[in-house]
Amino acid sequence: MELALFYIFGGLAVLGALFMVARRNPLDGAFSLIVGLCALAGLYAMLHAEFVFILQVLLYAGAIMVIIIFTIMLLNLNSKELKEPPAGRVKFCIVLAAVLLGLYAFLSTLSRLPVKDSFVAPTFGDLDKVGQLMLSAYMYPFEVISAVLLVAIVGVVLLAKKVI
Amino acid sequence: MATIHHYLFLSAILFFIGVFGVLFRRNLIVIFMSIELMLNAVNLSFVAFARFTGSMDGHVFVFFIMAIAAAEAALGLAILVMLFRNRATVQADDFTLMRD
Repeated sequence: MELALFYIFGGLAVLGALFMVARRNPLDGAFSLIVGLCALAGLYAMLHAEFVFILQVLLYAGAIMVIIIFTIMLLNLNSKELKEPPAGRVKFCIVLAAVLLGLYAFLSTLSRLPVKDSFVAPTFGDLDKVGQLMLSAYMYPFEVISAVLLVAIVGVVLLAKKVI
Repeated sequence: MATIHHYLFLSAILFFIGVFGVLFRRNLIVIFMSIELMLNAVNLSFVAFARFTGSMDGHVFVFFIMAIAAAEAALGLAILVMLFRNRATVQADDFTLMRD
């Protein structure tokens, strides 16, 4: 049952990603990427990661994809700009990706990672547990992240101004 | 029973689709979405490792990656809009200012 769910969500994620790369219109690609990101959220739920699941739906499939779709609509690309020059390196890229993936598959057979299902507590990945960890062991990175976000906000406002 | 190898292999597949998108596509918006896809693939392997080693540090790292990705999305798309305003194109091949 769990394996079947894994294949359903994983297949949806891969299909969404492939459509995103393959579609010529970036708006189609953005919508299929949203499907893929929601499938990834399902995988996070299967992995007992409640906090990450909420963030994935809210932040990625919600906020970030809304910004991207908003930008695509703002740019208002015409069909001339959507027409890409035929790339001559497609075969090379496919071969490169296949070789790297095969190399990874070969290397993963040599690894000694835990294969059995390790038991985790029912509260594993809960909001309060992750929050406690974030504000105790990872307090300084947490504060630095807030500074980074502030700098990003100021930078976006500066960039968006027509005259600086 | 889905093991850690299933999740890591799925993560690798998603990452290589993202790499392929960056190498192959010429549209800056699609390249940008491919980068987001690669970040998500890394997040999946972080969460898988957290689940199968029983430590929640991976979830905190995913939170940090998502915060950085949000900042990157806002800044990157603002730069994209600026580029489009100046050059009226979003094809990566048309930005050859440094080469000419």
